[in-house]
Amino acid sequence: MTSMTMVQALNAGLRRALEDDPKVLLMGEDIGPLGGVFRVTDGLQKDFGEDRVIDTPLAESGIVGTAVGLAMRGYRPVLEIQFDGFVYPAFDQIVTMVAKHHYRSGGITRMPIVIRIPYGGGIGAVEHHSESPEAYFAHTPGLRVLTPADAGQAYVTIQQAIASDDPVIYFEPKRRYWDRAEVDDVAPISGSPWSSRLVRAGDDVTLVAYGPMVRTCREAAEAAAEDGVSCSVIDLRSLSPLDLGPVVDDVRRTGRCVVVHEAPVVLGLGAEVASVVTEQCFFHLEAPVRRVGGAYIPYPPNRFERHYLPDVDRVLEAIDEVTAT
Amino acid sequence: MTEDVVQLLSPDGERHDHPDYPLDCDHERLRALYRDIALTRRLDVESTALQRTGELGLWCPVLGQEGAQVGAGHAMRATDFGFTSYREVGIFQVRDVDPVDLLHLYRGVTHASWDPHQVGLGIFTIVIGSHALHAVGYAMGIQRDGADEAVLACFGDGATSTGDVHEAMVFAAAFAAPVVFFVQNNQWAISVPVARQSRAPLATRAAGYGIPAVQIDGNDVLASLAVTRAALDRAREGGGPTFIEAVTYRRGPHTTSDDPTRYRDQAEVEHWVALDPLDRLVRHMEIVGAWDAGFAASIDAEADALGERLRDAIRGMSDPDPMTMFDHVYAEPHAQVEADRQALADHLASDVAGAVETR
Repeated sequence: MTSMTMVQALNAGLRRALEDDPKVLLMGEDIGPLGGVFRVTDGLQKDFGEDRVIDTPLAESGIVGTAVGLAMRGYRPVLEIQFDGFVYPAFDQIVTMVAKHHYRSGGITRMPIVIRIPYGGGIGAVEHHSESPEAYFAHTPGLRVLTPADAGQAYVTIQQAIASDDPVIYFEPKRRYWDRAEVDDVAPISGSPWSSRLVRAGDDVTLVAYGPMVRTCREAAEAAAEDGVSCSVIDLRSLSPLDLGPVVDDVRRTGRCVVVHEAPVVLGLGAEVASVVTEQCFFHLEAPVRRVGGAYIPYPPNRFERHYLPDVDRVLEAIDEVTAT
Repeated sequence: MTEDVVQLLSPDGERHDHPDYPLDCDHERLRALYRDIALTRRLDVESTALQRTGELGLWCPVLGQEGAQVGAGHAMRATDFGFTSYREVGIFQVRDVDPVDLLHLYRGVTHASWDPHQVGLGIFTIVIGSHALHAVGYAMGIQRDGADEAVLACFGDGATSTGDVHEAMVFAAAFAAPVVFFVQNNQWAISVPVARQSRAPLATRAAGYGIPAVQIDGNDVLASLAVTRAALDRAREGGGPTFIEAVTYRRGPHTTSDDPTRYRDQAEVEHWVALDPLDRLVRHMEIVGAWDAGFAASIDAEADALGERLRDAIRGMSDPDPMTMFDHVYAEPHAQVEADRQALADHLASDVAGAVETR
């Protein structure tokens, strides 16, 4: 076991993928000598060369579009989009080409492309640097969507994303980049990333989260426990496919469910979770499913963000509501 | 067209030499070029007829552009790779795409027409200009493989306005990628003339990227062959990208759903009829003695057989098994797709399915 930040865990995972498969390439803006603006690719160009760790022109559609051609040629490109709010120029290539190509080609041409996107707020950044656009991608058939909650998850799932023969949008919760954890960087990679995981077991309320909000929900669960309310916390981890079986099983036991994400609540991932939970747990529910998330406004200037982002207090408020009945 | 436009075959069939683009074209090659243009033209006519009789949902005619396309197709080596839009029927013909496979797409039974690795062509792209980037990426892969191959990227005058074509030129130049941008300026993007896409001749844009450009007579199959071949050679030798503007004309509608009488004069079309790529090639073959009645009759017979084969294959073709629409969304099993597949299977097995005809 090695103590690592999430940035270091991602770096180690990328390094191992580059070592294991000569077809793996990294592409993005400033990922070479600079090591990426968050240093996730630190040192990788020096060790693997400019042909495998490629500083691209400043053009996101170009990065994704050329990756499509490289994938057709048998490569496995791993792309870095510098910030969440900069992915939109590449949206057409992602949705129209990356997502659909395997289907359009009748299963002949695979698109083993990973698109890494640092996402979410909480770091006091300027406009376009704090967004949570995951629902667009999870709504698009043909894409897989993963988001790690901690360094240990990041180390494993980035390698699993790269090994996948399908395209993976890999959302990295940038406010958790500097959180440290013990990472098993020796054991072989095992298990499936396309499943949710129980990170805390409880009896009264099921908290459902992913990415940056998993830590928030764990902290809320600890605070609730002090008040005598026992909460499960489930990390969805995979946003496409969604693995809601464990959520349904847990809610049938607790009878109460709160879903938390940074993105706007309206038409967000939480709406899908609430809908499935309601369909499949209807006669077990003690209270309506509660959603906690962003308001229906563009991500605000950062002096507002503590009022925009869900925090422990807002999760506790929702727990209070669902346990009041 | 300016004086710098490369032309090796004038409209009356006379051959000119060009110092930069020498071309030794024997009778066998001339006949092969004729055959590919003639069969492309027949496929075009038959497909339009199949659309008009309701057998196909749509067709994108290529009439007028076959010379540019067939010349470029002949310039490719078997190991080279091409990326096209939907209208490059002449290139599909040269690369031996089965036209029946192509029509399956317009019949609405598949999104794909061929195995890219079998014919050396990516499946075509309908979103304009997107594939220019795929071509550059593929070429970057060739560089990393150290392979003696090059990529031909075909798009039109309208595509040159897109951001993706711009980014493709930026990436190709930055990485000296072995790619040739082959632009057919057919004067019209559906109803919008090329003047709305660019105030400067399209070829002049390339200089801004540091990419050499050549303008060719796009109705001259020999110019297309010679200039594209030279550009592909240069790409394979590490010389980087080239931009070719083939000046030609789309004589038909954009698609079978289009009505060009709403936006252009017939006189303009007539002007280009006189510059027809096939007529010009036949005149040249007559001059050099590569033309005879027996050869012409054999190609006519081949075209007739092609038409019959297309009609037999497409007419009355049954619809695909509905359950196969779930195939290949992902390369590896995906729980949501499997759940939706099961839901349709359950519905089709129920008493409700087909009880009331939906209109």
